[in-house]
Amino acid sequence: MKDLIEIRWHGRGGQGAKTAALLLADVAFNNGLYVQGFPEYGPERMGAPITAYNRLSRNPIRVHSNIYEPDYVVVVDESLIESVDVTAGIKEGGAIIINSHKSSNELKPLLEEKGYHGHIYTIDARKISIETLGKYFPNSPMLAAVVKVTGVMEEKAFLEDMRKSYAHKFASKPSVIDGNMKALEIALKEVH
Amino acid sequence: MSIRERLSGNEAIATAMRQINPDVVAAFPITPSTEIPQYFSSYVANGKVDSVFVPVESEHSAMSATIGASAAGARAMTATSSCGLAYMWEMLYVAASDRLPLALALVNRALSGPININCDHSDAMGARDAGWIQLFSENNQEAYDNMVMAFRISEHPDVRLPIMVCQDGFIISHGVENIELLEDDVVKNFVGEYRPEHYLLNASEPLAIGPYANPPYVMEAKRANLQALENSKKVMLDVAADFERISGRKYSFFESYRMEDADYAMVIMGSAAGTGKDAVDALRSMGIRAGLIKVRMFRPFPASQIAEALKNVKVVACMDRTESFNTVTGPLGADVRCALYDAGIHAKFVNYVYGLGGRDVTVASLTSVYEDMMKIAADGTVGQTYRYLSLKG
Repeated sequence: MKDLIEIRWHGRGGQGAKTAALLLADVAFNNGLYVQGFPEYGPERMGAPITAYNRLSRNPIRVHSNIYEPDYVVVVDESLIESVDVTAGIKEGGAIIINSHKSSNELKPLLEEKGYHGHIYTIDARKISIETLGKYFPNSPMLAAVVKVTGVMEEKAFLEDMRKSYAHKFASKPSVIDGNMKALEIALKEVH
Repeated sequence: MSIRERLSGNEAIATAMRQINPDVVAAFPITPSTEIPQYFSSYVANGKVDSVFVPVESEHSAMSATIGASAAGARAMTATSSCGLAYMWEMLYVAASDRLPLALALVNRALSGPININCDHSDAMGARDAGWIQLFSENNQEAYDNMVMAFRISEHPDVRLPIMVCQDGFIISHGVENIELLEDDVVKNFVGEYRPEHYLLNASEPLAIGPYANPPYVMEAKRANLQALENSKKVMLDVAADFERISGRKYSFFESYRMEDADYAMVIMGSAAGTGKDAVDALRSMGIRAGLIKVRMFRPFPASQIAEALKNVKVVACMDRTESFNTVTGPLGADVRCALYDAGIHAKFVNYVYGLGGRDVTVASLTSVYEDMMKIAADGTVGQTYRYLSLKG
């Protein structure tokens, strides 16, 4: 990865985009990086569009502003493409990662219509989540997709780190650890 | 050995509180400081501290209970934000005039209205004249470090005043960043035992705290409060020197960033100072002599030291994250301008109101302030001296 990666997350209140951004910060921190993970707060309510951010850097981070020219944008809820300018400011050579059952080729015309001509990746976090957890929790697959696309850390180290993190997080319900691990593994393979 | 961690500003303050293990914490929740008493109450419940936690019914009561505990002889503290601090207002003055060394973790948030939950410094500025020590933090690390140092300053016999440790709401309080923590026993030894000279629960020395003062006494009490604040400057420096020995991190009245040969100086407080440093570096790489002063100790105000740091610059831009409605300056601007006047320094001076109610502060917006300073130097005249930054057309 380059010295500084900036990521903007778009999600809806209650979907866990903020949590995913904090999880990514944790992963990068465990990989020895300097990190920032922060949400943009407003009058939150379930379903309203929310934004969260990550800076992941090899050097200490001093800037404390939102991110307007991200390297990567992560869209946790596909329907936001219609209502929010999700591609705004994406850097040359950057990419957008969208949670969708559609392929990147299928989404291309819609994003081109909005003036975006950069890289597009998609991941069907709903399908993976239902398969592995029986419920719709998009965080784990989205996190794995971001790690894969950004190359912020090695897949093996990422999986080992996440197993420890889940073991801690789900200490009281270990039954979901394997499902989440499976979700990560599938997502690492299926993000295209 | 320091501990590499990643924490939000609220987690950083709660961690410092756990390590300090105060006798009493009284608090009432308000965004964005709610997590501080929330985390701390879990430490109490899990036996990680032996503090008494008092979940009061309002911020007025939180400050009153903290005052009561401190007067009784306990090391006591609280946390709040915005309207919570405003609701403590009456009692803030009482804490200072009673000369009680209690602490308050303030997570800066705009005062209503319009009603808003995001960061500005209007809450802290409302407490500016209450007789407290006020320290501002740029990031989670500084919030933690300032909290660890707070009681050593406030409890010093030459000071004995309440202290407020400020951090920017959401930007710092809810942003997770790297931090270097000190080990528990290192903090414990640094902070030390609190042994008050005079306290209510000392049966061998009956005393009254906070009685009515007639006209023959009030001015003397205020003058003593002023002297204690004056004394706190040296105590703060001594504590910072001790802290540097355990942490390797250096603190003073303010941080001078690339000020040695600066022509254009920004004076700023809180999280935007870090953003400003990135702006300075970019300008420096283009050969522009930009510098920045980040004020840490706002009360008492280090006027002569700031004047000394600014004596050779061409233009000063002072940044206020609040509006004081005198139509001429913000509170930081007024203090800096006063310091320059008293020192006979005639640098051009411009004052900006910025970042109200969470308006985002960017490298670009702060760079525009330096560009304005360069224009002022080139024109030889300031023009509008009181300006708003990033105001929509």
